[in-house]
Formats: sequence, structure tokens, C-alpha cells
Amino acid sequence: MKHLLSAQDLTRDEAILLLDTAAQMAATQSREIKKLPTLRGRTVVNLFFEDSTRTRISFETAAKRLSADVINFSAKGSSVSKGESLKDTALTLHAMGADAVVVRHWASGAPHQLAHAGWLDAAVLNAGDGTHQHPTQALLDAFTIRRHLAGGTGDLAGLRVAIVGDVLHSRVARSNVHLLRTLGADVTLVSPPTLLPVGVETWPCATSYDLDATLADWKPDAVMMLRVQRERMSGGAGAFFPSALEYSRRYGLDHRRLAVLPDHTIVMHPGPMNRGLEISAQAADSDRSVIVEQVANGVAVRMAALYLLLAGGSSAEGTSI
Amino acid sequence: MSFALPPFTTVLGPEDVARALTRIAHEVVERSKGASDVVLLGIPTRGVPLAQRLAERLAAIDPAFDPVAALGELDVTMYRDDLHRNPTRAVGVTRLPAVGIDGKVVVLVDDVLFSGRTIRAALDAISDLGRPRAVRLACLVDRGHRELPIRPDFVGKNLPTSTDERVQVQLAEIDGADSVVISGRAAVGEETR
Amino acid sequence: MPAYVIRNVRPLGGDAVDVVLDGGVVAAVGADVEAPAGAVEIDGTGHVLLPGLVDLHTHLREPGREDAETVESGTRAAAAGGFTAVHAMANTSPVADTAGVVEQVWRLGQEAGWVDVHPVGAVTVGLGGDRLAELGAMADSKARVRVFSDDGKCVHDPVLMRRALEYVKAFDGVVAQHAQEPRLTEGAQMHEGVVSAEIGLAGWPAVAEEAIIARDVLLAEHVGSRLHVCHLSTRGSVEIVRWAKARGIDVTAEVTPHHLILTDENARGYDPTFKVNPPLRTADDVEAVREGLADGTIDIVATDHAPHPLEDKDCEWAAAAFGMTGLETALSVVQAAMVDTGRMTWADVARVLSTNPARIGRIDAAHGRPIAVGEPANLVLVDPAATRVVDGAAQQTASANTPFRGRELPGRVVATFLRGRATVLDGSPVAAA
Repeated sequence: MKHLLSAQDLTRDEAILLLDTAAQMAATQSREIKKLPTLRGRTVVNLFFEDSTRTRISFETAAKRLSADVINFSAKGSSVSKGESLKDTALTLHAMGADAVVVRHWASGAPHQLAHAGWLDAAVLNAGDGTHQHPTQALLDAFTIRRHLAGGTGDLAGLRVAIVGDVLHSRVARSNVHLLRTLGADVTLVSPPTLLPVGVETWPCATSYDLDATLADWKPDAVMMLRVQRERMSGGAGAFFPSALEYSRRYGLDHRRLAVLPDHTIVMHPGPMNRGLEISAQAADSDRSVIVEQVANGVAVRMAALYLLLAGGSSAEGTSI
Repeated sequence: MSFALPPFTTVLGPEDVARALTRIAHEVVERSKGASDVVLLGIPTRGVPLAQRLAERLAAIDPAFDPVAALGELDVTMYRDDLHRNPTRAVGVTRLPAVGIDGKVVVLVDDVLFSGRTIRAALDAISDLGRPRAVRLACLVDRGHRELPIRPDFVGKNLPTSTDERVQVQLAEIDGADSVVISGRAAVGEETR
Repeated sequence: MPAYVIRNVRPLGGDAVDVVLDGGVVAAVGADVEAPAGAVEIDGTGHVLLPGLVDLHTHLREPGREDAETVESGTRAAAAGGFTAVHAMANTSPVADTAGVVEQVWRLGQEAGWVDVHPVGAVTVGLGGDRLAELGAMADSKARVRVFSDDGKCVHDPVLMRRALEYVKAFDGVVAQHAQEPRLTEGAQMHEGVVSAEIGLAGWPAVAEEAIIARDVLLAEHVGSRLHVCHLSTRGSVEIVRWAKARGIDVTAEVTPHHLILTDENARGYDPTFKVNPPLRTADDVEAVREGLADGTIDIVATDHAPHPLEDKDCEWAAAAFGMTGLETALSVVQAAMVDTGRMTWADVARVLSTNPARIGRIDAAHGRPIAVGEPANLVLVDPAATRVVDGAAQQTASANTPFRGRELPGRVVATFLRGRATVLDGSPVAAA
């Protein structure tokens, strides 16, 4: 594999190699000296067409811990106000000799185009594209689940993960459904019917409109709450649900629902959280919450991805992942 | 005898390996005037079981040596200078000895010493992990052809080779039996007769 | 202008005869006809002769977007594709919503001389969907507009649509509706279904097309008007039109070549060449529109030729323009999807690509005529046995956004004749002397 574009592209062996490598990377991050010389002389460009300070910092930290040179390229502009074109940006990065481009983009498919349009020969890492994919988020989620519930090795066979919230607009959900399934876990998406995409019936997971029933009857090992964007409930006739209150009443993880969970069940959230909307403060700060750890694991997983895509021989020849 | 025989020569058998390790253990104790400050770091893959065996021998010689707490393993993959000349290597485990390495005499243990690049990487890794009093190097086989100013402190066997030969250490823990073999040797036909 | 004798050719795919074109008309049809003095002989062995193709739905982009296409380049492409008449859509800049603009386009077509250009007039002022354009003025202009469309946008206000349907009856016009419920398709990028869910592009549901078609056929019935449905693309739309026709409603429908052969699976690579409106649908929809075209529910194939400059396609999918070129591949695609599959004959091709569109556009006095003595010599000579690999850069159109780039297609336009003049000979356009 030359690029990391979609969690759906990963085979079981590739996913496990990424997680195993991330485990070794994580081990280095508890040391006093966290920096490794591995990617010395390599240039990683963080190309962000959409603001995401958290993801950018996580990738930047990962690349720097591996001694790569990091260039942050914030390409302002949105679907509304077009800035520099994707193509021109890619040609610029190519001229600058980027070895890897970490791209966050508001348009689904932009990383795929960067990787395949022939504008650029760097490795492309998708740091979130539109409502499509966010593969390193899925990997860090799988890593976190594996560490807590599967002894930190192997796959996630037999584990149950409930993903709750706005699936329709969520690249996190799309990435997780496929990766978790590849790793042997069972996934149930819990969402208001308006926030499940038409076509979801072909995804390798179950769906439910009823969070209480899912928690009580299915007894998930991990509950992953998705961020709900506040603009989804505005827009008058086009709103996806009537009010924040109704949403959190039906789909929010509060102390009452927290109490129903099996003892070992962990609570996850990709961040940033809307406390009081999809997750209550008690749930976010409870002992079950691994939300802060997800952030730390993000660095290890991104180090692993950068290492596996960049450290080996000429990346154009592909590597074992 | 037959052309089907693999073109290799066995240069050390199981007893030779055992004897070499015992001798190295004694030299380590002698050199450090006891093993109480010594910690062993095996370099994967085959340096790890070799370090384990050395640890048992050190404990037998000097009861002050704790063969569990003073034993670790050091993966040097992320410190190598030849990463992008080769396909991506899987990153191995690094496990420091429970007693740590600061102020200790670290003995790096590897199977074959060749160019010295692995040991260079190991020295860089160690300096990121702590500050030992001294770092020494033990290897089962030194086959020469150094590319860096590195030499072993403890050697099981010096093995003059040519660069196109392959030296393979096989260990019971990994390969089923102990031996050291050379393959690709030009005079193979004569030796296997 | 020389006379032409096409030897041993099969009109509408029938028995081989010789056909003589002289003085702008078909002068003779029969076995071993005598060639007029100085006539150019063309060997038509194995070739099919069809009436010149008529496109009811072409975007020529001029005035306004001459970087994408001009009337000259677009009509040259049309001739190369076997067309002798095209209807030029109104979404230019300025919009073709006045007699002045439609006359300008008509005149540019005359000057170029490749095909007859029949401007389509906008239904509403500036395609704004708010008030009727001066439809009568356009109808009475030199351009004699009979087809009115806000194509690119839907006439979604039901009252306005009713008025338009009624009003054009005065001059035997027709409203060609771009059926797209705007609220259901806000931000839509591709067909809403399994593929859009997976690749994360906002969905354009089939119901947004079907709901408008259902409303419009009922409106047409209520006011006794004729309605034309542009680029129908779903199984549901085919079923609604079939129902409406069975009920006696005066509705005609078109399908594009791309909806006959491409599906939403083509979006998976995020190549914006495949971004089009209405979007590429599912394989089941493709099957339904093929059935509908074969059984006459769908009356015509129209290209929706939509040229775009490279920069409008060399970008993110969501930022890219909708549309694909089609004039130079339409006949080949229809051959591949309908003729080579045994669903239609060449006579059927003449019906859906010439006779019916000429009739709907009310240009059937000159186009879509039988191949018979005395008829205007608007003809296309096709070699169905030839194949070619499509090369966008090598086409006559000024834009390269063909979805068939690199794809092998059957059939080749050997020659096109506009009133007896060869606009294309041996596959290459021939400029007027």
C-alpha cells in the first residue's frame, strides 16, 4: 500500500500490522526522549483545506516524533469560496519534494484524487474527507478498543461496538464500520432514521433507532458517541431532528444510560464533544470514558501509519502494508 | 556426494554454541568484576534468546545477578540508517530491564556482527533510553567486514568470510536446534564431500 | 456543391441500394442508379444510411462560455456525430430568454453552416423560476422557437409550470422540463443509494425527478398541453411516463446516451467527468430506460451535450461542474446499448434520434424525413462494423469532458449531409466552401 485513503481498503493483516506497529510507537511515547530518528530527512506536509486543529496537531506530533520535517499548509477556501485549486496545490507540493501529504478536505474523495490524478507522487494520508473517510480515527479507535478489551494484541473478534449518532454525515462512522468488521467486531449503528444514509442496508453492520434497547439487550462492549453538529437541527423544514433536547433524550449518553452498561463497557467519542447534547458530562468524565486516551493513541497510530508508508524503500514500489 | 545438498557449511554445533556462551559469560563477569551492575539487552531476533541464555549463565556464576530483572530486549528498527533501502520492516518490541539501564553496564547481545550498522543503531537507541555507565558488545559470531569503527568486547567465534557469503545463526528457541552455518561459500563442493 | 452517389448502402439498415443526392434533395433511390455527371461516388458497402440526426438537447454555451464551446465548434461536433439539426439550450449568458438572444444563436448557427441550429427559449426570465419569459416573442422571432426549457433548472413552481404549459399552446410550443425537485436535491452530488452512502457524496434521490414528472404529466393532462420530459433517468420515471401515455396524456420523454450505459458505480473513482445532472443511476435504472426506449415509452435519445473547460472538471468532485459531452459519441452509445444488444433496429435508431425529436421540436418538415426521392438530403452514413477508442482531445468539441475517454465504442460516422452538402466526409468535417 502506498497511501492510506480509506479504512475500507485495509485487509485484516494490514490493519493488525498497523495496530501492532502503533503499540510499539505508543511504547516509545512513555519515554523521556520521545523522538525517534526514523524519518529523518523526510518531509511530511499537513495539507488542511478544512480547519481541524486537533487532527493537524496529532499528525504534526506524530511526524515530528519520527524526526520528519513538517510543513503545515493551510489552504483556506471551501465549497463556497474556492481558493487555490487542489491541482495547483498538489503541483506545488510535488515541486517542494513532499514525501507524504496528510490531507484534510471538505470534499469527499479529494485525497483519492490527490493520490491518483498523477499530480503528485507522495504518499497520501487521508486525515478526513467530507463525509467519506477518516481512516486514522478508525485505527485509533480500534487500537483503543483492542487495548481495553482484547488484551492489546490480535483482532477484535466477537466484540460488540455501538456507534451512536449522526451516521449520515460521519466519516468516523463510515471508517469504523468497515475497520471494526475487518477486525472481527460486530457493529450496530444507532441513529435517528433521518441521520442514517439511504443505502446503509448494504453496510456490514446492524442498525437501530433505539438506543435504550441496544444498550440493554445487545450489551455492547464499547459505545462510540458521534458528534452532532448543531446546524443539523436548524434549517427549518430541512432539520434532521426537532430539537437538541429531543435528540439528547432519545440518543444522548447520560448517567441513566451509563448505568445500564455492562461493567467492562468503554465509552468513546472522536471529539470535539458537545457536552450535554450527545454525551453528558458524567458520561464523558466517567471511569468508563477512554476519550482522553483516544487522543494519545491518535499520535501512536499516526506514527505507525507514517512509519509504514514512509520508512520503507521507495514508496512508489509499495510496501508490506 | 550429491548436488542436491544445500551449499552450506556448519561451523559451530550445539556444544560449540553452548561453550561459546559460557565463555562469554565468564568474560563478562571478569571484565566487570562481578555481574551485579550488568544488564543484558538482546537485539531481536536471535540476540534475544542469546541474551536469555547468557543471563542464566551469569546468574549461575554470580548470584548477585538477577536473570529476570537485568534482562531486556532492544529493537533498533527505528534507528536504522538503511530503512529506505529495504522493504518496510515490522517494528519489534523494546523492553528495558526492570532494573533500568541508567548507571548500569549494558551488554548488547547480537548473533552476528557484520557491518556494525545494527550496533550503531543500537547505541543511538540506548542514548535515547538512558545513560548507562558503559556499553559493551557481545556477539556469537564476528564475521568481519566492518563499515564503522565498532568492535565487539566478547566474541563466541571469529569467522573470516567473504562478503558474498551468508552466515546464519540458528537457535533452538527459534529454529529448533543450535548451529552456525555459512552458505554461498565458493569452496562448498569440496567441503561437503 | 457536387452530387453524391452512395453505392450499395442500406437505408435504415434494410436492403442495399444506391442513393443519389443532388440539388439538396434525395434524387434517386434504387438498384444500380445512374450517377449524374460529376457526381462523387461513395462506397456504402456494409454501411447504414439514416436520416440526419436531430438533437433536442444540446448546450452550445455561446453566448457567454465560449471557453467551453462555441456555436461553431459545437455544431462541428454535431456534424461529426451525424447530426443535421440541434436544439441549443437556453442556459447561456445572457440567458436565451428574449427574441434578441435566440436570434443571435440562430444566426451564429446559420453562419457556421454545420447543422441547423434551433434555439430553445427559456421558460422563465433569466431561468429564475419567477416569471414567464416572453415566449411569444421568441416563437415569432426569426429563430421560430418552439421548444422552451429552463434546463439546468427545474420549473418547480406548479402555478408557473401550469401557465407555461398553457401559454405555449398558442404557437404549438412545448415545455421541456428538467425534472428536479430543488429542495430534495440541495447540494446533491450523485444518485442517492448504496454507492453515495459508501463514498460519502450527497445524494440526489430518484424521487426528486419522479415527483416532478408525476406532477407535470398531471398538469399537462389537466390543461390539455403537451409536455416533454428531459433526460429521464430512473425506473420510476419510465413507469410514470408509461402510465401517462396509457392514459392519453400528450407527453414525450428523452433519455441521454450516458444514462443508457453508465451507472453510479462510475463515481467510485471520484473522477468528476462522471458528474452529471441528473446523476448516473443504478444498473436497474439503466435496464429500465433501455426497456422504455425500446418499447416507445421513451420517445427520443438526446445528448445533453454539456461541454466544460478542463478547470471545471479537474478539481474536487463537489466543486466540479455537472455535465458531459455527447454529440460525437451518442450514435455509438445507442448502437452499443440498443442495436448490438438486439433491442432495437436501425429503423428504431432513426426514430429515436431523428424522426421523433424532429417532430417534438416541430422541425419535421426538414428533418427526420423518410429516405425517399424528393426529400431533403439530410442524411448520415454510418459504418456499424467499425470500432474506435474515444479520445477527448481528438474530438471536434472544444471540451474534453467525455465520460467515454479511453473506451472502445462501436460504429463510425462516415459522412453527414446537410441539404445535400457533405458536412462530414470520410469521418472528417468539411467546411463549407
